[in-house]
Amino acid sequence: MSGKESGYLDMELLRFTTAGSVDDGKSTLIGRLLYDSKAIFEDQMEAIERASVGKGGEEVNLALLTDGLRAEREQGITIDVAYRYFATPKRKFIIADTPGHVQYTRNMVTGASTANAAVILVDARNGVIEQTRRHAYIAALLQIPHVIVCVNKMDLVDFDQERFEEIKADFSKVADRLGNKDVHYLPISAKLGDNVVEKSKNTDWYNGPTFIGLLENIPIEHDEDLSDPRFPVQYVIRPHAEKYHDYRGYAGRVAGGVFKVGQEVAVFPSGMKSKIAAIDFGGEEQQEAFPPQSVTIRLEDDIDISRGSMISDAKNQPQQGQEIELMVSWLSETPMALRKKYMLQHTSNEARCMVTEVIHKVNINTLEEITDDKSVGLNDIAKIRIKTTKPLFFDSYKRNRNTGSLILIDEATNNTVGAGMII
Amino acid sequence: MEKYTINHLRELEAESIFVLREVAAQFENPVMLFSGGKDSIVMFHLARKAFFPARVPFPLMHIDTGHNFDETIKFRDELAESTGTRLIVKYVQDSIDSGRAVEEKGPNASRNMLQTVTLLDAIEEEKFDCAMGGGRRDEEKARAKERFFSHRDDFGQWDPKNQRPELWNLFNGKKNVGEHFRVFPISNWTEMDVWQYILLENIEMPSLYYTHEREVFQRDGVWLAKAPFMELKPGEKVEKRKVRCRTIGDITCTGLTLSAADSLEDIIQEVAISRVTERGGRADDKRSEAAMEDRKKEGYF
Ligand SMILES: Nc1nc2c(ncn2[C@@H]2O[C@H](COP(=O)(O)OP(=O)(O)O)[C@@H](O)[C@H]2O)c(=O)[nH]1
Ligand SMILES: [Mg+2]
Repeated sequence: MSGKESGYLDMELLRFTTAGSVDDGKSTLIGRLLYDSKAIFEDQMEAIERASVGKGGEEVNLALLTDGLRAEREQGITIDVAYRYFATPKRKFIIADTPGHVQYTRNMVTGASTANAAVILVDARNGVIEQTRRHAYIAALLQIPHVIVCVNKMDLVDFDQERFEEIKADFSKVADRLGNKDVHYLPISAKLGDNVVEKSKNTDWYNGPTFIGLLENIPIEHDEDLSDPRFPVQYVIRPHAEKYHDYRGYAGRVAGGVFKVGQEVAVFPSGMKSKIAAIDFGGEEQQEAFPPQSVTIRLEDDIDISRGSMISDAKNQPQQGQEIELMVSWLSETPMALRKKYMLQHTSNEARCMVTEVIHKVNINTLEEITDDKSVGLNDIAKIRIKTTKPLFFDSYKRNRNTGSLILIDEATNNTVGAGMII
Repeated sequence: MEKYTINHLRELEAESIFVLREVAAQFENPVMLFSGGKDSIVMFHLARKAFFPARVPFPLMHIDTGHNFDETIKFRDELAESTGTRLIVKYVQDSIDSGRAVEEKGPNASRNMLQTVTLLDAIEEEKFDCAMGGGRRDEEKARAKERFFSHRDDFGQWDPKNQRPELWNLFNGKKNVGEHFRVFPISNWTEMDVWQYILLENIEMPSLYYTHEREVFQRDGVWLAKAPFMELKPGEKVEKRKVRCRTIGDITCTGLTLSAADSLEDIIQEVAISRVTERGGRADDKRSEAAMEDRKKEGYF
């Protein structure tokens, strides 16, 4: 890489999602973050001031920074996932701000699907409630590598350490049961700014990092699966130019592991073996490729490869099969139908499938398995079995979020109706 | 063990290239909208990298209001020419002449809104099933809710409250006949990322982005360029200033920044300390609190 890729051109990217019940202070926290990190530009500020006054508010309402649609501002709620951006000298951040209410579980799942970290807000007065358990469950289900529990509105409980410790203990019980990874706890006041960017004078009993300090320093280099080389082929590049007459490159994004020039690989569905002849990127050759790089791979042998093919290490191969068990989060108003045919997208591969069995549903508030009611509707989460028209090449979602995830599409409406995580 | 990480610019680049390749794979007749501004230029640069050594497998299309900076048109034509890319130009003037669009009157008149008519007609005429745009989520609050793959009904309309959920890197481009998609490959880039990437990759930019002396006048606190088709209001006077563009669009609504920045490093400095977002200079967004949301619903870029 060029020498320029140092200093301010060389920051890490961290994606996080926020979850909390309505009024726990998510929008305020994000507004505060943007405000305090000086990312709120003056004209956005003026627009908010205008809107706050219009609503009869006195002080600037930081939540108006994130609630962008007309309907959201009118109703004072967040409806859809909103993406926000800010940067510190160390990292660039992408926030998926998702609404917390039960009816928006699907949005939370959406925001969680690409996140390195989940920020879960808990109102210090209410402690761990049903909704908190649901958010912890989704973070665990979606395998978000890091969880940050912000105990918010500490100002309303006199910054009481005991209250904080109590909530922390309650949440860790839930997290232990669910298997949440790398959980951090912070006492904050989003409204007043305590422990958000600046260390609070009101919590001298707390020695941990501030919210921004934590976001800047959570190690993210192991968030991707670096053990299982997987390369779903997106597109075949064959230039129609004399100079590149014999060029045949497989374009895609590394979904797992490290690929090296000379490595022996297997190609699916054929199972044929070959070696990596070259790894190209934008006119330059590189010696290796790893997630999340988009590259073009050339092989030594001419084998039949097209979109939907999967290249893996010759020895470390994906699982394959047509009968697959998965957890599904249902995203559509129209309930899931047994034995109905759905389209399925998995990596760059497409197939049709049929749900053959609902094994159980999950009560995401109590975390209990439901076996007596197997209807799967909007915002439900269930363990199901599907049968596909052709083999998929996959890993369990726990092992690899790229090769373990899939979506179901309704053939009649073309809508994305289900998000699946292969077990 | 080696550290297998890439920096934020390379990660954004990889994501955008992934999206561009999905477009080429999932759609039959995609087109890349090209305004001549920095976001389109970066998007096109990414497309060239995505398909190298092959040519970019889709044409560029410019919706031309006729109210351009001369430099934009020259730059556009040379870029298409030198890269062997097909360039389609559709004129708002043609939509006006055929009665499909009605010109606004008065000193605030802009053809910005009329572009929607020309764009939707072009998509239908050329049977494009996907139009890629350089919109970024950090530009504006309605854009913050936009998907990478954004579905449009057969009227070309966007329904922000009823968008398809978009999970992981699985993009659903399925649609019925007559519908199309808008795809935004650089959704996750900020203005700062764009400039840093231009520096990193040493991408050639139109001279308008660098400081130059120009005849300008001030309206509602925004500096606009003097042009033959711009009516001055009472009290507005033309003066010479050192300015540069932060965005480039239709000349009637592109605000200019007083600036002496003559290098990419200077521009990045300026962006870093800027207190006004780039769209603060766009008269088209100032019209109402939900101006962008309303335009997007109708089918704007
Ligand atoms: N006292 C206090 N109020 C807060 C705090 N954080 C948020 N609020 C208030 O709680 C209400 C809901 O906040 P909002 O950010 O809209 O919640 P959201 O629904 O989670 O996005 C607003 O009136 C905020 O001003 C806090 O730390 N302390
Ligand atoms: Mg909110």
